[in-house]
Order: sequence, then C-alpha cells, then structure tokens
Amino acid sequence: MKISFYSIKFFGLLFSFLLTLNGFANEGSDNASQGDERINTENEIKEYIQHHIKDAHDFHLVSYTNDAGERVHVGFPLPVILYGRDGITTFMSSEFHHDTEGKVVVEKNGSRFVNYHSKIYELENGASEVAFDADKHPVNASRPLDLSISKSVFGILVIGLLMLWWFSSLARQYKKRSIPKGFGRVLEPLVIYVRDEIAKPNIGEKKYRKFTGYLMTVFFFIWFLNILGLTPLGFNVTGQIAVTAALAIFTLIIYTVSGNRDYWIHMIWMPGVPILIRPVLALIELLGAFVIKPFSLLVRLFANISAGHIIVMSLVAIMITLKSEMTVFGSTTLSFVLALFITVIELLVAFLQAYIFTMLSALFIGMAVAEHDHEHDSDGTHELSDAEDVRADFI
Amino acid sequence: MEEMVTYVPNLVGAGLIVIGAGIGLGKIGGAAMEGIARQPEATGKIQTAMIIIAALLEGLAFGALFLGK
Repeated sequence: MKISFYSIKFFGLLFSFLLTLNGFANEGSDNASQGDERINTENEIKEYIQHHIKDAHDFHLVSYTNDAGERVHVGFPLPVILYGRDGITTFMSSEFHHDTEGKVVVEKNGSRFVNYHSKIYELENGASEVAFDADKHPVNASRPLDLSISKSVFGILVIGLLMLWWFSSLARQYKKRSIPKGFGRVLEPLVIYVRDEIAKPNIGEKKYRKFTGYLMTVFFFIWFLNILGLTPLGFNVTGQIAVTAALAIFTLIIYTVSGNRDYWIHMIWMPGVPILIRPVLALIELLGAFVIKPFSLLVRLFANISAGHIIVMSLVAIMITLKSEMTVFGSTTLSFVLALFITVIELLVAFLQAYIFTMLSALFIGMAVAEHDHEHDSDGTHELSDAEDVRADFI
Repeated sequence: MEEMVTYVPNLVGAGLIVIGAGIGLGKIGGAAMEGIARQPEATGKIQTAMIIIAALLEGLAFGALFLGK
C-alpha cells in the first residue's frame, strides 16, 4: 500500500514538473523571440522557427539587449571539429561570435571558415564571403566533413550519460534488494513493459532475450530525447533526420543480420505462388526490406517530432502576430492556452513515437527470426497452407 | 504572385494526403471502437493492432508530405 502511494505521489510530482517545464518552455521562447531584435514580422518568426528546427554549433538559450544597448547571449559555445583540405581543425564555436550569416571569418592553420545558416564552409583562397549559384551550391567554398560536438550531439551525450547512470544503478540495486529505490522504481515498470509487451509478443518466447537490450536502449533513448526536446533548453535531437536515420539503420542491420533461412527464402523465392510471380514478389520484398521499412521508421519519427516543435512554436508566435488585433492580454492568453494544450499532447506523442519505433523494430526483427513449423513444398500439395502461412507472416 | 502559383500543386497535394490519411485513420478508429464494443475483453490486443496500423498509415502520410515538400 505504501509503495503504491509513493509511486502515485512520484508520478504526480514528475507530471507537474514536466508541465511547469513546458510552461517555462513557452515563456523562454517568447522571451527569446521578443529579444532577438524585436521579432515581429511573419518572415522573422518563420526564420526563427527554422533556426530552432536545425542543428546548431553553440548552445544558445536566450538573447536580449541590456540597458547599455549591447546584445547579451545566454548559453555556452561547443567545440567545432572539422576535417577539411588541410586535415583536422578544432576551435570553439565562440569564435564565430553567434554569427550564422557567413560574415565572421575564422582563420585556423591557414584555412578560413564561415558559418552560414549553421553549416560551416571552408573558403577558397582570396574569397572573403561565401557565394552561391542558382542551385544553392557554393561557388567559392567547400564543405569540410563536420565532426563537431553540435547541439544535438551534446544532447545525445547528456542523455547517454544519464541513461548509463540510471540503468547501471538500477541493475546494481537488484543484487541488494528485490524492489529498486529512487528513480529506478519509475524505470522498472517501463523496462518490464518493453520486455513483456513489446519484445516477447512480437519476437517470440524463445528468441526475445537476445534483442531486448537493443529494443530497450532504443525505446528509452528516443523517449528521453523526445522529452528533452519539450524542455526549454531548445534541443531538437529526434527531429534531426540524421539521428532517426542512424536509428533506422541500426534496426535494418539487426533484422538483416539475424534473418534466418526461411526469411531469406520468403524474400527471394517465395514458396507457394506461381513461378512467374516470384521474381516480381522478390523485387517488392527486397525493396520493402531494404528501403521502405527503414524509410518509414525514420520519416515517421523525424516528421512527428519536427511537426510537434513547429506547431508549438507557431502557437507561441500567435502572441506576437495577433497582438494588434486582440490586445496583448488576449493574444497571450490564446497562445498560452493553445500551446499548453499542444505540449500536453506532445508529451503523449513523445511516448507514443518511442513506443511505435520500438514496436515496429520488434515486429521487423520478429518477422526475420520467425520459425516455421513445417517444410515448404512447391509441388502444389501444400500450396493452400503455404499461402496462409505467408499471409500470417504479413499480419 | 508568381511564387504563390508554383506552390499551389504542393498545397493541394498536401490537402489530398491529409484527407486520405484522415479517412484511413477514421476507418481504423471506427473499426477498433466497434471491435472493443463487441468484445471488451480484447481491448488491449485491439488497441495494439490499431496503433500499429495507424502508425504505418501515418508513416505513409508523412512520407508523402515529406517527399512532396
């Protein structure tokens, strides 16, 4: 009885904590958008949102103009690591002085770099500003291989270290007691949920253990990063297509490598269908396994999270765009109510997207390792049962 | 104005995608509701299957929006 009371209290606290954070999130971005040279036109709001959606080279919270008329940026720089024409170059992003228009040129080891719209270009000799042709390809600069600890990489590192700490302490506690204490008590039911509701039913009793580690890692990684994206810190990690693509490629590698004989037979030479259809089916199956499945995984997560961030920020921007029509009080109330409503939905979406990514990964792995009880014949006697079997595979 | 006109096909396409996805989600949700009403004890299984199919549909809709952008 005591335990349940404690957990209810804890979840209540956690929930209200998250809600307050979201309240602050709106406030924070409002401050930032008003502080940035008085953003008040639609184009500027659009640019501000696009800037947030993209990755950045420094950690930037808010900017404002102080009484002396100077711009003050709250945040800290992150290291920039570039592999360009002259090998590896490193410097702190503070050397760009918060410039993303390609105006400030940083000279290191004889190479000159500019930051244009959060992408770093290496200028050729004699050029002082990056220029673009009609297709938006740079004409007098090249893009070095950017290995920087950017804002997203920083977020990933923070969440990775937190997960290492939380889960290793959770695992260590089981040596001493049967019920974990502290934050482990929140994580334990989720771990069991992923194991019993996602891994076991989709992969099967016999083989689920081998894949549970990956599924749990991916679930908690996506979930924590989604929630981090809802805090006022301004991270948008799971809304970066590179991050979701990497996660989808992990799943692709796992179900391709662990696929058994039946999986490959069903993909390349489908039993139980007329011989002329088999090459066509093979083409469709190969395309599905190597392109469509990972593509749908990565686009779903990326688009959901990006769309959520754009909606929240657009609703925050209502208080600026509708200020003249509705007075300050009216527009602020409207935007606060709408943004609060959407952020609560985004909390649900954060969990749902982590769940769906894990669920579909488990489903794809389960398809690849599924055992078949009987031998397949192609002489026609078992065709009906084969066809049913194949259909069952898809459902 | 010229710029606006070139956006029109994209916007119409986005609208069509949303209509199609809406019809699909509506059918999934309706069928799940009916199934739950007929067999309340199978609620959990029906919900899981519903969420998977909705996610697949959503992925398709987002993919189309993303490609058509």
